[in-house]
Amino acid sequence: MISQKKEATIIRILVYLGTILTLFILVSVVGYILIKGIPNLSPALFEWEYNSENVSMLPALINTILMTIISLLFAAPLGIFAAIYLVEYASKVNHLVKIVRLTAETLSGIPSIIYGLFGRLFFVTALGLKMSLISGALTLSIMILPIMMRTTEEALVAVPIEYREGSFGLGAGKLRTVFKVVLPSAIPGILAGIILSIGRIVGETAALIYTSGTVAKIPESIFDSARTLSVHMYAISSEGLYIKQAYATAVVLLIIVVLINAFSAYIAKRIERRSYGKD
Amino acid sequence: MNKRENKKQQSVDVHSKKSFTNRLSMKNIKETGAKLIFMLAACISILAVALICVFLFANGVPGMAKIGIFKFISGKVWKPGNNIFGIFPMILGSLYITAGALIIGVPTGIITAIFISRFASARIAKIMRQAISLLAGIPSVVYGFFGLIVVVPLVRDLFDVSGTNILSASIILGIMILPTIIAISEPSLNAVPKSYYEGALALGATHERAVFRVILPAAKSGVAASIVLGVGRAIGEAMAVMMVAGNQARMPKGMLQGVRTLTSNIVMEMGYATDLHRDALIATAVVLFVFILLINILFSVLKRRTKV
Repeated sequence: MISQKKEATIIRILVYLGTILTLFILVSVVGYILIKGIPNLSPALFEWEYNSENVSMLPALINTILMTIISLLFAAPLGIFAAIYLVEYASKVNHLVKIVRLTAETLSGIPSIIYGLFGRLFFVTALGLKMSLISGALTLSIMILPIMMRTTEEALVAVPIEYREGSFGLGAGKLRTVFKVVLPSAIPGILAGIILSIGRIVGETAALIYTSGTVAKIPESIFDSARTLSVHMYAISSEGLYIKQAYATAVVLLIIVVLINAFSAYIAKRIERRSYGKD
Repeated sequence: MNKRENKKQQSVDVHSKKSFTNRLSMKNIKETGAKLIFMLAACISILAVALICVFLFANGVPGMAKIGIFKFISGKVWKPGNNIFGIFPMILGSLYITAGALIIGVPTGIITAIFISRFASARIAKIMRQAISLLAGIPSVVYGFFGLIVVVPLVRDLFDVSGTNILSASIILGIMILPTIIAISEPSLNAVPKSYYEGALALGATHERAVFRVILPAAKSGVAASIVLGVGRAIGEAMAVMMVAGNQARMPKGMLQGVRTLTSNIVMEMGYATDLHRDALIATAVVLFVFILLINILFSVLKRRTKV
């Protein structure tokens, strides 16, 4: 039997080794891509037109922004409204609420390739939207709906009950209370949900390959096929001819992820400060 | 003069009263309408799950029946050209790669969560959480690309085989499930009541022993939930696995052989599949979907237990 002291030392070493391994993985993934990728960033990669000469990622970058905006246009209001219903209107023992929560949980566990296949069967084929920006965006909006619902719900629950009581006391109706009092105080939390959703959209590939397609052009309308940056990255790295450009695209994706993280950390800090201020 | 003013006042009163009741009923309509809209929005998630189920099953099950459900699931040969559709190799491929990912990701993840929760100072814990959320945010294609460029050559040189195989895919997936495991198990470690820890110390345990023998067992439902969620991530991941697993549709015979998963089977062939081949791919998704539903149920059972 080893002494407690020895055991403690062994455990401590184990914990530090495990943590160092995690940090090592993070540093090697991020570091490797930055070091190999940054020298490959060239102006040719940001030309307006994509062709096999320049392998420009600018159209894909613009498509990513379009995709994000359109997906959020569907998912954000629906998610926020759904959360308002769950928090402000429904009673806690309502059967409907239970089913909504269960299905939202189910949605958040479904892998993106199944979303992609569903989008292909439903939006592309059954609704006849073809491989297009809109098919992709609708598919993604279902995918991010549970994120929007959960984060908004958390934000709404965190708004003190006194706010609502004060508003009712001043004679405001329920609807007015929700929109003028509760929602404004929940904005940072909702924003955090939107940022989380943006991260999901930017990183998505499997759900988009068969819904919005892989055309490397800025679409003329939302009914045209368009590849986002992640799909672009997949396309050029699986072709195997454009490794340098793939490195550069990985860097741009990584920078976007870092920015999204920094922004959400900033918002989290503001929420924290605000709730401290209240106490 | 006074009278007239009075009268005017009265008429104003009457007017405002009328508009008040008017406004009241308008308000009622608005309130009820709004409630209805909010309720409908909440029902969208029900609709979405229903549609996904209906479209997957309606398109997948007839194909499965045509092939023969038993033949489809336990068939060892996948040759779309000859109309032979057996997905047993892909089921095994998904399971092997997931198991490999767990062997790599689970111990590392849990230990890191323990470090953040019980060993790190508040400042370092905060930095670590930032780092983990960065790891979680990196797109799967980037992981796949990293695997292709770094892990695959490494495995190839070390074992002198083609580097796209079960081992490479397990390593990449192990990395990808790390943030999931850390992010879910860390809060459950934090949630263990302080008295547990203090009691252990009072009985003469060191900090390390108290953490591993008291806190970790107390948080086991949450930790188990994180592993289950990690399994879900690993089984459902498509792009990264496809880039490093080799994708050969045959029975896997060892860690160093290429293999195809359920997910990559769909991604690889959906683009050109027609007729029964297409139905067989959708049926593959149905099998994957059933796996995921089972995992979801297990996860919510464990999560509920954590709350109690």
